[in-house]
Amino acid sequence: MRRYLLRRIVQIVVTLYLYLTLVFFILQAMPGDFSQIYIDNPQLDKAAREQLIRDLGLDKPLHEQYLTYLRNFVIGQWGVSFANGRPVWDIIVERLPRTALLFVTATLIAFYLGFLLGKLIAWRRGRLIEYTSTVVGITFYTAFTPMLALLLVWIFAIQLTNWTGVKLFPIANFLDMDKWQLVNLGPHGSNIIFGYMLATLGALAAFIFAYWWLCHRLIHRPGVRFLALLGGYTGALLLAGYVWVAVEPLAQCWPAFQVYGGRICNWQLAVDILHHMILPVTVVTLISFGGTMLLMRNSMLETIREDYVMAAKAKGLPDSKVRDDHAARNALLPVVTSFVLSLALAIDGGIITETLFSWPGMGLTLLNSVQEQDFPLAIAALVFTGVFALIAHLVADILYAYLDPRIRYE
Amino acid sequence: MRTLIPASATSKRRQFDPIWRVRARLLWRSARESWAMFSESKIGLTGATIIAIFFVAGFVVYPMLWGGPFWGPLWDEKIYDPILGRPFIWSEELQTYITEDFPSPPSPRHWLGTDPYGRDILSQILHGIQAAFVLGIFAALITVFIGTAVGAISAYYGGFVDTFFMRLADIILLFPLIAFLIVLSGLMQLDFWSLALILGIYNGFGAITIVLKSQALAVKVKPYIEAARVAGGSHGHIIFRHIVPNILPLSFLYMMFTVTSAIFSEAVLSFFGLVDIKMSWGLMINITRDAGYLGATNLMQFWWLWLPAGSCITALCAAFYLVGRGLDEIVNPRLRQR
Repeated sequence: MRRYLLRRIVQIVVTLYLYLTLVFFILQAMPGDFSQIYIDNPQLDKAAREQLIRDLGLDKPLHEQYLTYLRNFVIGQWGVSFANGRPVWDIIVERLPRTALLFVTATLIAFYLGFLLGKLIAWRRGRLIEYTSTVVGITFYTAFTPMLALLLVWIFAIQLTNWTGVKLFPIANFLDMDKWQLVNLGPHGSNIIFGYMLATLGALAAFIFAYWWLCHRLIHRPGVRFLALLGGYTGALLLAGYVWVAVEPLAQCWPAFQVYGGRICNWQLAVDILHHMILPVTVVTLISFGGTMLLMRNSMLETIREDYVMAAKAKGLPDSKVRDDHAARNALLPVVTSFVLSLALAIDGGIITETLFSWPGMGLTLLNSVQEQDFPLAIAALVFTGVFALIAHLVADILYAYLDPRIRYE
Repeated sequence: MRTLIPASATSKRRQFDPIWRVRARLLWRSARESWAMFSESKIGLTGATIIAIFFVAGFVVYPMLWGGPFWGPLWDEKIYDPILGRPFIWSEELQTYITEDFPSPPSPRHWLGTDPYGRDILSQILHGIQAAFVLGIFAALITVFIGTAVGAISAYYGGFVDTFFMRLADIILLFPLIAFLIVLSGLMQLDFWSLALILGIYNGFGAITIVLKSQALAVKVKPYIEAARVAGGSHGHIIFRHIVPNILPLSFLYMMFTVTSAIFSEAVLSFFGLVDIKMSWGLMINITRDAGYLGATNLMQFWWLWLPAGSCITALCAAFYLVGRGLDEIVNPRLRQR
């Protein structure tokens, strides 16, 4: 196991290096250096321009620029945004939690949905349900994202408001400015709340996984196990709610003049964010569950042919038990990998969703920075997206090796 | 006994068909068998039907509207040109052409209405079919060409070549394509052909090489490869005459997925207005958005501006994907029902 891990880590480091090199040389190969925009300002005279070129290190030979680029990447000097002069690293740290929360939630839901459906349609191959869910899944999977998002906004934010007279879903942005203006959370204020939310999500996920595993080990009567699982999950959710309401620092409240009952607590801000997340999460879920479903189906069709599934059936085990505990659990492996990889590419795929819902995360940052010709930020966002993806790939490999012993001892 | 065989029979047996006829017959037979297998897959057939409809609309009906061998133009170029058209109407009163208000909803003159510049939406949609097909197929052909060659070569030679291309595929798999194309569009003028070329190359070194390499590895150990080697076949001969034909069905499958990905990427980039392109479905929605008709409040009021284009992107992407799935069931032995 250790040797395998070591080999993978070395491979990832090499891949990371190749990725950085590739990005650097592709950018170098572009007609016109991006810093040209900065330099060719007509208000600069010749001396100032030459000074700038020297300061930016653009007069140095290519290999020196390349080494500087690599060194700056490693020490976290990712440059300064052309648009507002803030360090790029600072901007990325500010935007990342927003993207992370949105896409981790959406991907979790989409994968669970895809897993369930894929399991079902593989088990009932050739029935009507297979064709319906395949066609529906593929239609959503290949749907033109802007159109799907707009339709959902139209149905849920506009039509539903017209019918019920209540504004149920916000159309855009990631929080309600009116509410947040009253709160003094300091710079990157929303990040504190995002951090708490991500921590809660992580803790809940870890608990659910551990508890599920324990229940399957310790309790063998299906009815009792179901009740225990239900009780445990409800308890965990209630506990999380209690922590948000009563335990510092999560439960901190802020004075809010005459509105919102005189004070706003952190949990209200969290609910505000969650409220804004509903529509984007729905869109991402609808788009991506189809892929998981088809992957799960194919993987499941392979495991169904294995001898142990036949053996389980021959033992007279109930159909659902063979399906869930024998076939589906072994079919899960490729789905796990694909889960981590799709988390890795969340920033890439999120550009469209974030743009349509004006969700100021990494994707929107990237698009805006390109449109504003803010290249340090754009390139840093691109590099970061790739690095993020590579690290997720490493995690996927480790997870895979842990779940499937056959890989480790290869 | 040999003498008892009539001379006519012997001469008949000696009469071989010319090689091209044998090959054509084999090709026809394998095509018929593949079709028989493919037509069992309802999903694949659905996709193929949608593609056929789009193809006929874009490449048969659309050119015919501009005039054919036996008839003149059915569409006046001044009015219906997808890029330069204007909604002219002959006014009896003024004895001259006046322009209709735009964007106008669907009417007998403009079946799908007009866009924010007064151009006919139906004409743009039909023109967009051509753009989507050409881009998708061009990108996919490049992908298949690169993927097949690289897959076969890295399986055949192994060693450093193999490691290099597999690492490259690893990077490509994790490469943020849309993000990269967006950054690229800021640095250079991204036009139709360069976009297709980039998409083709990107996909060509990606997942397809891994899949085709593993397929080629299975082919490489077959006895006929060894036989070819013993008979004195060169490396190039073995790779391109023996290995490549055997992995072509699988690369054809990946071609379908590449078409989907290429059409989708182009639509997204055009939607953001980052591609220098005359007319495409993504651009139509971009124009709608820029003109302010894609706000959440007036979305359905101007549905003809974006719904047909968006549906076409979805339908064509889904169709190629469905065909890919259908082929997968045939080519992939693990999914075969028999």
